[in-house]
Amino acid sequence: MKTLAKFVLMLLFAPALLVSPAVLLVSPAVLLASPAAMASEGGARLDTAPINQTDVISLQRGARTFANYCLNCHSASLMRWNRLEELGLNESQIMDNLIFTGAKVGDLMNVAMTRKDARKWFGAAPPDLSVIARARGADWLYSYLRGFYRDPARPTGWNNTVYENVGMPNPLWRLQGERVRVAQASKGEEGKEEGHGAAAAAVKYEMVTPGSLTPVQYDETVADLVNFLVYMGEPAATTRKQIGIFVLLYLLALLPLVYLLKREFWKDVH
Amino acid sequence: MSDDKKVNKGRRNLVIACGAAGGVAGVAAAVPFAASWLPSERAKAGGAPVVADISTLEPGQMMTVEWRSKPVWIIRRTKEMVADLARVDAKVSDPKSDVPMQPEYAKNEYRSIKPEVLVLVGVCTHLGCSPQEKPAEDKGEMGADWNGGFLCPCHGSKFDLAGRVYKGSPAPVNLEVPKYTYLSDTRILIGEDTKGA
Amino acid sequence: MAAAEKPPVSGTGSVALDNALTWVDQRFPLISTWKAHLAEYYAPKNFNFWYFFGGLAMLVLGIQIVTGIFLTMNYKPDSNLAFASVEYIMREVPGGWIIRYMHSTGASAFFICVYLHMFRALLYGSHRKPRELIWIFGVLIYLVLMGEAFFGYLLPWGQMSYWGAQVIINLFSAIPFIGPDLSLWIRGDYVIADATLNRFFALHVIAMPLVLLGLVMAHLLALHEVGSNNPDGIEISKHKDAKGVPLDGIPFHPYYTVKDIFGVVVFLIVFAIIAFFAPEMGGYFLEANNFIPANPLQTPPHIAPVWYFTPYYSILRGVPPLFNSQFPGVVAMGVSVMILFTLPWLDRSPVKSIRYRGPYFKVALTAFVVVFLILGYLGTEPVTVWGQFGAWLGHADRATVVARICTVVYFLFFVLMPWYTSIDKNKPEPDRVTYK
Repeated sequence: MKTLAKFVLMLLFAPALLVSPAVLLVSPAVLLASPAAMASEGGARLDTAPINQTDVISLQRGARTFANYCLNCHSASLMRWNRLEELGLNESQIMDNLIFTGAKVGDLMNVAMTRKDARKWFGAAPPDLSVIARARGADWLYSYLRGFYRDPARPTGWNNTVYENVGMPNPLWRLQGERVRVAQASKGEEGKEEGHGAAAAAVKYEMVTPGSLTPVQYDETVADLVNFLVYMGEPAATTRKQIGIFVLLYLLALLPLVYLLKREFWKDVH
Repeated sequence: MSDDKKVNKGRRNLVIACGAAGGVAGVAAAVPFAASWLPSERAKAGGAPVVADISTLEPGQMMTVEWRSKPVWIIRRTKEMVADLARVDAKVSDPKSDVPMQPEYAKNEYRSIKPEVLVLVGVCTHLGCSPQEKPAEDKGEMGADWNGGFLCPCHGSKFDLAGRVYKGSPAPVNLEVPKYTYLSDTRILIGEDTKGA
Repeated sequence: MAAAEKPPVSGTGSVALDNALTWVDQRFPLISTWKAHLAEYYAPKNFNFWYFFGGLAMLVLGIQIVTGIFLTMNYKPDSNLAFASVEYIMREVPGGWIIRYMHSTGASAFFICVYLHMFRALLYGSHRKPRELIWIFGVLIYLVLMGEAFFGYLLPWGQMSYWGAQVIINLFSAIPFIGPDLSLWIRGDYVIADATLNRFFALHVIAMPLVLLGLVMAHLLALHEVGSNNPDGIEISKHKDAKGVPLDGIPFHPYYTVKDIFGVVVFLIVFAIIAFFAPEMGGYFLEANNFIPANPLQTPPHIAPVWYFTPYYSILRGVPPLFNSQFPGVVAMGVSVMILFTLPWLDRSPVKSIRYRGPYFKVALTAFVVVFLILGYLGTEPVTVWGQFGAWLGHADRATVVARICTVVYFLFFVLMPWYTSIDKNKPEPDRVTYK
């Protein structure tokens, strides 16, 4: 009876123990990767965005690109203009170089177009970009803004490798130039699967009309822009880390003190 | 009674040290919560100074702008209005503006930077109603020797054309002159002067 | 007890304080409460690492209430304003971002502490007689906490907030006959809408916290009525000295107050690392999709509940539709939580602590933990995450098959417990606790 019981129990509970090593092998790779950034839903490979939140000049350049190329269709209605003083700009620099509307420096980065009108005119309202970097991730944005190509089959004449059939034309086409997509390299894994692991083959482009920037300069411009979008997604990030260091140092100094206190009192316990 | 006094002292010192360190941590932790009650960026933006364009303001005319949800009056006084101010010195409670209801540069007989342009916060210093403009011609309602000014409808306080409160009014002090500065001859920034916000 | 019979308070070191406390004690059970629950509540001296988490859970409850109150000062429970008001707190309220991150980190920390606290009970038999009621209050706290977290998650009004709530409330519509009307009544509208947001706000800020506080008090009162368990699973009240103090007991104050202070500092270090350096925790504590404002017309490709619900979500998903209804899955999910209530009566072992249990329970508990973790992980991913089997298994999703196996093991842990705990080869329990 005992051996039968043992056998039945092993049979019932062993599968769990057998499955666990497999899970332990597969899951860390996935758990460690940020769900937002690893691969786009279409399976396109994402390039790593060179983000440096302490590079204030890069952030200023990114703010300039943002104000010039994005802030007509897209709003950033959770961000206030005068917050950009954090980037080393003063009020008049912001007013003169970045605000093209009648807005005051204390106003939010709104656009005149209402979402209702935008939906009517474009089919879908261009999303507000205040926290887009927290929703999509820096790598996705960096790859997306460098992934446009000419596609006569689309109503806008543009398509994007990272966001297939996107409704937005290339806002930076004057800088990047116009290019078309050439034949794929090798095929990916058999059967397109969602989720991780299915990296798409490298996409090849051919430049038809060059833009005002070289590819390297364009990549840098987009890097600055994405750097700015990351900053705009959470302006307090740098402060958060700075304060965090102090908090952690204080707590780590407090730790031996409270340990000694515990040990002192527990001397009495035998 | 314990005989090892040394242990007790050490224990007591540890308790005090931990208590102090914990107290510091507690105060530090309370800081963001207390700070969250300070005016937010939205509140500060709403309280930002406003620019008033007085290029089309005729002599004798008054315009109103909103600043911090309060009415701010800008009156272009005529030369007679400015000259007549001295005549009511005896009838107002604080003719020399001793009570600090105005910035230093408005502590003069006309209570303004330039004599012809008066800037006042249009809120009665009694209980906060907004007084009404009563020009000098309005002798029927205001009396034969009325020189022009303001009457508060709520409790009857009267102010002259420099915002000074008449004796006998419920209002205790003169109307407030906000901080302001001239950006140009025709543009006034209300709420801020060159000394900072 | 008449006031005149109580001795005056002495020994605080200040005559004024002595007198003030005496005045209060003559009108309020101050000293008797202090003695019964702190200075003369005798707890076993052999508490270990697993005994920190109850106190830590109480600390997190306090953190959530304080940070929650301050968030409520600036949050707007209106479907048009909610998302922006959270970002307003993050950007424009001085110190707002700290308060928000403490609250979001605290929500996950609460569940980590509660899960580890519950695991301690399983390890040492803290759910066994005479502590069944403590366990029942505890499971009720767990349920209310899940409700509190669910209501709170709708408040930021992001895509995950909206669609997570939509999916879960739609589960109720699977209940036969009354389902659709019930869901309509819960939502207050035909879809998740402003009405839903407002009532969830009231439940999250006021109703659930009050119930939680009451249940925590009941949980502690029940505990202090019978005394704490310990890692050896034996009752220290069996051996008392002449004064009635358990030989293996030590007063909670100062020994466990001072030990818990140490535990709190360790916890705060981990808490600070997360809140200041990784508040999103790879998208598990603050989900990326929730930074997109709720859009009733666009469903995100992968909807998953927050990590602390995912084991039950896996169970729900694993049960296939029967008779064209998802109701069996809902029932399975419900039973998987409610079965916790029955635990004190399923466990038939003569010993309480895993230290003296036989191999069957050890294997069963290990298997339970493993499948719970696997189910939890699978719940965060789409069912296609591990690909499909070949034709020999009908091209079934591997993850679904694994989830089903794990669900069976999960239930077997409970259902077979009366059997394997009674035939287990246990070791003899000691008479006194083991203390280094």
